Order: sequence, then structure tokens, then C-alpha cells
Amino acid sequence: MNLFGRLTLLSFHHDLIQAGGVVVMGLGVFGVISLITYLKRWKWLWTEWLTSLDPKKIGVMYLVVAFVMLVRGIMDTLLLRAQQALSVGASHGVLPADHFQQIFTAHGTIMIFFVAMGLMFGLINLIVPLQIGARDVAFPFLNSISFWLFVSGVILVNLSLIVGDFAATGWLAYPPLSELGNSPGVGVDYWIWSLQISGVGSLLSGINFIVTILKMRCPGMSLMKMPIFVWSVLGSMFLVAFAFPILTATLTMLSLDRTLGMHFFTAGAGGNAMMYVNLIWAWGHPEVYILILPAFGIYSEIVATFSKKRLFGYNSMVYAIVAITLLSFLVWLHHFFTMGAGADVNAFFGITTMIIAIPTGVKVFNWLFTMFRGRIDFKTPMYWFLGFIVTFTIGGATGVLMSVPAVDYELHNSLFLVAHFHNVIIGGVVFGYFAGFSYWFPKFAGFKLNEKIGRYSFWCWLIGFLLAFIPLYILGLMGATRRLDHYDPSMGWQWLFMVAGIGVVVILFGVALQILQIIVSIFQRKENLDLTGDPWDGRTLEWSTSSPPPFYNFAHLPVVSERDPFWVAKQRQTNTAPQPQYVGIHMPKDTPMGIYIALFSLLFGFAMVWHIVWLGLFGIVGVIICVITRSLDDNLEYLVPASEVARIEANRLTLRHG
Amino acid sequence: MSLLYMPRNSTYRVIAILLLVVAVIGVGLHFLPSSSFPLFDPKGVIAEKERHLILLAITLMSLVVVPVLLLTFWIAWNFRSSNQNATYSPEWDHNVWAEAVWWGIPCLIILILAVITWTSSHQLDPSKALASPKAAITIQVVALKWKWLFIYPKSRIATVNFIQFPVDTPINFQITSDAPMNSFWIPQLGGQMYAMPGMSTNLHLMANQVGSFKGLSANISGAGFAGMKFTAKSTSQADYETWTKQVQGSKTILDTESYVTLSKPSQYVAVQEYSLTDDHLYDEVVSKFMDSTMQTQ
Repeated sequence: MNLFGRLTLLSFHHDLIQAGGVVVMGLGVFGVISLITYLKRWKWLWTEWLTSLDPKKIGVMYLVVAFVMLVRGIMDTLLLRAQQALSVGASHGVLPADHFQQIFTAHGTIMIFFVAMGLMFGLINLIVPLQIGARDVAFPFLNSISFWLFVSGVILVNLSLIVGDFAATGWLAYPPLSELGNSPGVGVDYWIWSLQISGVGSLLSGINFIVTILKMRCPGMSLMKMPIFVWSVLGSMFLVAFAFPILTATLTMLSLDRTLGMHFFTAGAGGNAMMYVNLIWAWGHPEVYILILPAFGIYSEIVATFSKKRLFGYNSMVYAIVAITLLSFLVWLHHFFTMGAGADVNAFFGITTMIIAIPTGVKVFNWLFTMFRGRIDFKTPMYWFLGFIVTFTIGGATGVLMSVPAVDYELHNSLFLVAHFHNVIIGGVVFGYFAGFSYWFPKFAGFKLNEKIGRYSFWCWLIGFLLAFIPLYILGLMGATRRLDHYDPSMGWQWLFMVAGIGVVVILFGVALQILQIIVSIFQRKENLDLTGDPWDGRTLEWSTSSPPPFYNFAHLPVVSERDPFWVAKQRQTNTAPQPQYVGIHMPKDTPMGIYIALFSLLFGFAMVWHIVWLGLFGIVGVIICVITRSLDDNLEYLVPASEVARIEANRLTLRHG
Repeated sequence: MSLLYMPRNSTYRVIAILLLVVAVIGVGLHFLPSSSFPLFDPKGVIAEKERHLILLAITLMSLVVVPVLLLTFWIAWNFRSSNQNATYSPEWDHNVWAEAVWWGIPCLIILILAVITWTSSHQLDPSKALASPKAAITIQVVALKWKWLFIYPKSRIATVNFIQFPVDTPINFQITSDAPMNSFWIPQLGGQMYAMPGMSTNLHLMANQVGSFKGLSANISGAGFAGMKFTAKSTSQADYETWTKQVQGSKTILDTESYVTLSKPSQYVAVQEYSLTDDHLYDEVVSKFMDSTMQTQ
């Protein structure tokens, strides 16, 4: 057996465009490393950030990684649209078919697993403990492992650009295309192992936040007094806990097919590819709601805050979240009505799908009536919200349209479908997380974002989105299917692909403006400092502490008697009451063990991709040793003395009152 | 410059840009021939009913979407913070009747849609034979890497990337794959159906006009997937019979041996016509995956 398995020097071979990608990525990594070295910030980075168990810091790190991956994902789109705008008739464009297929597979994988999930977990980490009046999550160390496993997945996906290639199968890698006979290279294995590793991280996070929300709420906060964002996260995390094991099991079976010659999903020898398609969507559809539910929660918080009014129909909102959570497990078959199931089965899943539109519609009306008779302050988060209502309503309608099986037969796998799910994912999920980002930015940064650049960025995103996806709806109605690297000029599609490409460029402008917004805001921070901790006249507990909050969040755990506790306290002016005596606070010690575990997992994943036996063993043994070492360590917490708490709190009050 | 900070002003500007975008796309669409929209230019009975269904569903959706969008903009505008005349009731957070209305109306619309879904799923079930005085023609479809093989078992002919059939005659497509999964689709005649190895799916279509229609694969199946195009030609019964006879006389023969050659990967394959000597070829392709010793794919 070869010492390096399938890995040879040839695996480093690249065509021109791949090499370009490698160079850009290499320069980026090199630039960051040089900058940190130049600023002598390595030690600070390690002790203050990388090894931190503070969910606020982990949240920020999630956001940073997700944002970098967002840029990569959009760059991929540029290449895809360039190919489709040019590869017509005699011309075969800029990319060979296989490379084109790798790029759209990477685009889908990265955007869902490493951008949307990253933004979601980032904001959940930042805000959930604060909103429930807790000092930390239930399992701080598990939280660190989750994040670093997520990073391992990110690294593995991007490594495929440098060593070997990526899957060319579409982002869900249907067999038998993804089986060894049809995809003999390492691409599908990279896909499997990056998702396996980050998927375990997601599952651990799901469990962590379920326990955090159920067990760590501050005194008085009954379930029906939780902020709606926390409810939506609870629903989402239950979905994670129930759906991600399906993904893990499915990918395990596929990897057994590929590495040990088994036949779970192969075409021959008793394998059943249709089973894979069912299983992957039994995870995949709940995944959509995993992403959208917290976004719904964010909109609920934002609309109430900026309308200066209580959220309308809180109970309805909760029932709607619970209904969506349950229903999301009953609709998976609508992703393949065209597989030939009988009319009864298709009709059943079509109807369950449209039933989800009911609670979703109720939420929209509740948001509208939260604004009704409010005093709406149009800050950037509200722009994202209104953009969401417009795009999501249309995306929801096209979704219900396609839930009618006989309609779906004519639209399935067309660009109409592609437009639909980008419509709900960008308009719903991404806009939601951007809204949440600009809303909560002052909380963790200590200063507000520049409003003007934020609005410009929003308009670029909205206009770019419409330019990029209205043509796709039209193309779908023209019979254009997804994932085409080439087509005939007589179809009349080319100009629409060009318009869609321009849309991508406009969105990229939006992203550039977001980066600019953060940089400008950092330079202007003195003018936008948030000394009160409550820049938007907020309603929930995260605004009752300072911005950024002390690492222990609250010197005294809040006691809550109703919804919107901070708003009520401000109305009654009880927050100026003299503070009682401080007591010492137990906090978890920071540890690099999460990084080590993730690093060994990464080595294990890389070894599994390339069939390097000794490295695989090394990786798995490393993980086990780390876990044992950590488990034997009893010295995991330390006490922040009351005097230290008093000092930090006094400092904060001085700042607030100038 | 201070005006730039006014959201209302920049909102107007953006609305102007959006209208311009809509206008450009509208003008562009105006220059397209109607045949560019196969879904709205149906040539078969199934496609006609599916188009009708699409339009009905869009109309029902619009009944909800349009009022919601108008309501959104009106509420957002009317209750802006600068409009101090608008009612402000910060504690007003529920109203049973209002909520009953917006739980009720979506329920009602979904109920209507559910009835439509149930009936249309049965009426347009792809595996349901179509009623017609004429006897149905069976065409067996095999997705290969990366071309479509069509077998006419009764006429004992086979073709690649081309089918011809008589107008107003039900066609019974039996679909399988000897390659990764594909999706068999002739948009102007009706919806698509997956082509899967080891499985045989059914799709019944009927053209009600003479003409040549585009056919394709709608599901990614590997490197040559974009080239999996074919022509579906609907002709008079007489033309169809002439064509069948001509293909039956073809010197190229499709048997088990030449099938193996044909099924090897190839891309952007030109139309081919065969006379068929192996009557059970389709069944053999479907059942070859049943063999427990078959280790490929």
C-alpha cells in the first residue's frame, strides 16, 4: 500500500482558473498571517480569541469565517455566470464541464453549510445567552469544539481547491453519480468528509443550545416569556438534533459504499439510490427550516424594536414556530415528485408542503400588525426586513406553486426552481442574518455601524438579487434547466444569463460595501460609541447590559416577570435602582483543546479522502486522547472575585454616565 | 448632500432603478418569439392542462401576495416615525378577531389549493394511460452516458437522440437509465420523469399538434449532461409509418453487442437510427442491476 494513499504530485495539478483561485486564496492567507505577525498579535489572538470559551467571541469568529466563505461563494457564482453567458453554440466558454460542475457543487455546499449555518450559529452564540439572562451556554467547551469542527470543514472544502478536486455532482451528490464507478476521484470524498466533520459540530451545537435554552433561563423567564428569537432558535435546534443524525448516517453509508465497496446506494447489487434521495432530503428539508426559523426570530425582534411596539400576536408566533418545526419533517418528498411515486403519495406531500405556508403567512401578518400603530424608525435592519417581506412573499408564492405536483413536473430542476430557493434563502435567511448583524453589531462591538453605507449595501443586495434571479425565473419558464455548462443559441437564453451575471456583480458590490461599512465604522467608532448598552431603545435583556457586555454578561442575573423585560423596566424606571452587593462569579477556563480536537479531525478527514491509513489512525487516536485528557481535567472553572466584578461594573457605570 | 441621508429620497431613486430594470427585461422579452416559452406554448394535452394549472395557481397566489405587498408598503409608510398624526399604541399586541382572520384566510386558500392538488395529482398522474380512440405506442427510453436511446419494441427499431411519433396518439414512455440518474423531459408535451438505473418509470404524453419539440435531461448525470438533447417530432400517422419503415431498413443493427459499444461514454451525439434485433433489450437493461454480482456503478 502506498504511504500517501491516493495522494501523488499529480494531485496538485491545476488548470489556469483553478491556479488563479489557489493564488488568490494563498495571498489572502499569507496576507492575514503577515499582518498578525507584523502587529505581533499572535499571542493575543491565541489567548483572547482562538482558545476562548466565551460564546460572544465564538460567535464573532463564526461570523468572520462565514463572511470569508460568503465572498468565496459569490466568486464561484461569478465564474458560473461567466461560463453560462459565454458558452453558447460553437463556444464552450471559459470552463470545462467537469470544472464547472465542481464550482456549482462547491457553491451550494459552501453557501449552505459554511455561510448560512455559520451566520446562524454566530448570531445564536452572540445573542441567545444574553437574551435568556444567562452568563454562558450549557456546555462552553462543547461550543468551542463545535466551532472548530466547523472550521475544519471549511478548511477541508477549500483544501480541495489546492490538492485534488471537489465533487462534480451537485451539492447533494445523488448516487449513482456520486458512487465510485461514476465519480472515482477524491471530489465526493472531500464533500463527504467536510460535511461529516462540520455536521458533528452542528449536532453538538444543536444539543448545546437546546439545553441552554431549556435549563439556563434566568429566574422568572418561563417558556412563554422568552423572546421570540429564543423560541425560533429552540425550534431550529430541535430540528438540528433530529435532522443532522440523518445526514451523518446517510453520508456514512455513502462513504462505506465508496471506500469499502458496500452497496447501500449503488445501482447494482441490491443498492437503492432512491433511498439516498429520500434520506438526504429527510435531512435537507428540515435544514431549510433550521436556517429560516432563527431568521424569522430576528425579524420579530427587529420589527418590535424599531416600531417601538410590543410584538403582535406573541402566542400565534410561538404556535407558528412550533407548527413549522413539526411540519418541516413531513414534506421532504416534494423535492422529487418526478421520481414516479403514485398520485396519492405526491398529493399528500404537496398538501403538507402548502400547509406550511399557513403558519408562515400568519407570521407575516403578525409582523405587519406589529408595525401597524407603531412608530417605525427606518434604520438599516428595517430595510433588510422590508426587503425580506417583498422577496420572501414572492419566493413563498413560487414555492407553493411548485408544491402542486403536476405543476412541479414542468418546473422541477429548471432555473425557476433555482430562482425560487435563492429567493427564499437570500431574501429570507441571508437578509435576516444581515438584519440581525446590523441590529446586534453595537452589542458586541460597542459602537454602531455606519447607517448610510449600510443602506447602500442593502440596495445593492436587493437590486442585485432581483437582477440575478428574475432572469432565472424567466429562464425556467423558457425551459432552461439548472447546471448547464453549455446550450444552443437558438434557445434565446444568452442575454438573460448576462443580466443575471450583472446581478451577481451588483451583489458583489453590496458585499464590498458591507466590508467597507465595517472598516469605516471602526474608524468612526468614537462618533458612534454605544455607552448606554441600549442604542435602539431595545426591549429584551441583551440591551440591559453594557456594549460589549462583560465576559460574564450580567453581574447580577436578571429576574424577569413578563415579556420584553428591559422595555418594561425602562417604562417603570426600575433599572436605576441601587445595585446590591456583588458576589464572585464562576466562569469556565479557556482551553485550546477544542482546536486540537478539530485539528486531529481535520487530519482524519484528509486521510479518509486520500486513503492514508496511518494518518487516519493518527487523527482518530489524537481525538480520543484529547477527549480523555479533557475528561480527566477537573480544574475547569475559576472564580471571578467580587472585587473584580465590582471594578468592571464601576468602570462601566462611569463610562455610561460620562 | 444632506438630502442623501433622507431615506425617502434614496427610496425614490431606487424605485426608479427597479422600474428601469423591469422595463429593460420587459422590452427584452417582447422581442422573444412565443416559442421561447415552451411552458406557455404547449403542443400536447398534458402540457395544456399543466399550463392551465400553473396559471390557476399563480392567480390564487396573487390574491394573497399582491394585497400583502400593498399592505406592507402602506403600513410602513403610514406609521413611519415622522408621521406623528398616525395612531400610536405601543401596548396593543393582540386581537383575537384579527388573528382569526389571518389564520383563517390562508387556511381557506390552502384548502382550495389542496383540493386542486389532490384532483390534479390524480388527473395528471404521469403513470396513468391517456384516453384515446387510438392505440398507444410504447417507446422505451434508456438514458446513457450521455445520450438518449429510444427503443420502439413493436416496430423493432431504435434511435438515438431523436423520436418520431404520430400526432393525437397516446405515447407510453417506459423510462430507465444505464448511467447515473437523469430526468426525461419534453417541456412542450408535458412534465418530466426521472430515469433511474434498475428502475422503470412511466410517462404518458400525447401531442395534439404536428411539429418538432425539444427534449432534454433535467438532472445532472456527469460531464456530458448538457449535451443530452433530443428532438421529439410529432407527424401524421402516414409520415410516421413511412419513417418507421425507413428505419426498419437501416443497415445498422442494435443488438446486445452493439448496445455495449453504444453505452460507452460519449458527448453531443448525433442522431442515429437502428433496426432492432434484440426484442428484450430494455428489460435486460433494467434487470441487469438485479444481478447481485454486478459490481459496477
